[in-house]
Amino acid sequence: MSGVRVLVGTRKGAFVLTSDGKRQKWDVSGPHFAGWEMYHLKGSSADPNRIYASQTSGWFGQIIQRSDDGGKTWTQPGTPPGEQTGPGGMPKGESNKFVYDTSAETGKPLTTHQFYDGKQHPWEFKRVWHLEPSSTDPDTVYAGVEDAALFRSTDGGKNWKELAGLRGHGTGPRWQPGAGGMCLHTIILDRKDPKRIYIAISAAGAFRTDDGGNTWKPINKGLYSQYIPEPAAEVGHCVHHVAMHTSRPNVLFMQKHWDVMRSDNAGDLWKEVSGNLPTDFGFVIDVHAHEPETIYVVPIKSDGEHFPLEGKLRVYRSKSGGNEWEALTKGLPQKDCYVNVLRDAMAVDSLDKCGVYFGTTGGQVYGSADAGDSWSPIVEHLPAVLSVEVQTLP
Amino acid sequence: MIRVVLPGHLRALARVGPEIQLHIEGPVTQRSVLDALEAQYPMLRGTIRDHVTQERRPFLRFFACAEDYSLEPPDTPFPDAVASGAEPLLIIGAIAGG
Repeated sequence: MSGVRVLVGTRKGAFVLTSDGKRQKWDVSGPHFAGWEMYHLKGSSADPNRIYASQTSGWFGQIIQRSDDGGKTWTQPGTPPGEQTGPGGMPKGESNKFVYDTSAETGKPLTTHQFYDGKQHPWEFKRVWHLEPSSTDPDTVYAGVEDAALFRSTDGGKNWKELAGLRGHGTGPRWQPGAGGMCLHTIILDRKDPKRIYIAISAAGAFRTDDGGNTWKPINKGLYSQYIPEPAAEVGHCVHHVAMHTSRPNVLFMQKHWDVMRSDNAGDLWKEVSGNLPTDFGFVIDVHAHEPETIYVVPIKSDGEHFPLEGKLRVYRSKSGGNEWEALTKGLPQKDCYVNVLRDAMAVDSLDKCGVYFGTTGGQVYGSADAGDSWSPIVEHLPAVLSVEVQTLP
Repeated sequence: MIRVVLPGHLRALARVGPEIQLHIEGPVTQRSVLDALEAQYPMLRGTIRDHVTQERRPFLRFFACAEDYSLEPPDTPFPDAVASGAEPLLIIGAIAGG
């Protein structure tokens, strides 16, 4: 029987939730890496046993972990057990090393971006926000980092190299941090066109490459952000998350700081589809696994009050690709609920019916085995949830 | 042999107990201790000092014999008591946040 593995990153460790295809009874393992901030875990669709994890700390920096057995055991890819030093006795640990490109080969090195005070500030690596494994090669994985940049490993996470064309394409000095830092939080790989990648940065906007990451362009036309000096600027928008259905790589859905947006031409032009949402502020957005026009968001009251309206935790679903939304409340708390759902904390499985999952800053992970019609908590008392990803297992 | 006490998070990462021992040839300094530590436990590379600049991470401090050596140049010798193993070198995470 098929099954589901839900990978949960929290402020104080990682958890792996597993169930069979019925998705009624769950096993919970963890905390893995107890005490560390686990920003993101994601499995490879090319090899479901391969999982990458971003383990991070304000004290101790960035660690990349990798599992080759579905999350049972973990190693740092650059430091395999029993092989503790490299040639010449030099230590390894290269898998933790993210160094911004400064080579002349990729053009003039980009060294500063705009800071909160409007002045230029040096680029400083802080952490990996998102790991996106290739859909075809288990050893190839992309990392979106803070301060915003995109890295790639082609050796299973042992070594990382920046795709410097993103920072170097010209608008980098105008990027600035959002309240959560200047993070590259969304990476979407187009399975039909391996050379096309979408990324999003808070607060710079969305960007696209059509040549495998060498050159990039901003794709923010149609976004309107009243809170920035030029509301329709080419860059500077606080994009919270972007989602795509694999069957329609030209159609993108975006949860912006305010506004839910849609593009039907690979990001060349966006239009607002907030429609009848009670508030269009929020962080997550995702697409049904089998219905490309069915999308989900969790409206949050405002940028100043990061919790649901009226204390009611409601997922909103649109079956028309936006504009017309219905509240999904069955099984979710409808009073006194003041949690947030962060940008990478929603995911879907590909079973029939589609499963939908999200985690909250209150430590709950909710699941729906019927595409959102009803919900139940899988776990309720974890540390604040930073990310949720799902693997559908054969 | 010198003795080094790591913060709990790094003990878990390196899969070691409360105190580890390192063999160091020559002067026992911040640099030589960290070189030896990273050679023996490569998973710690980048967690105590930056990969590239080799600067101490801001929220970590080095204490020995009740003195703070965090701001000393990296080649300053630690006290004889640390070099002889009589006293441990304490690597401590700042008490800040949750």
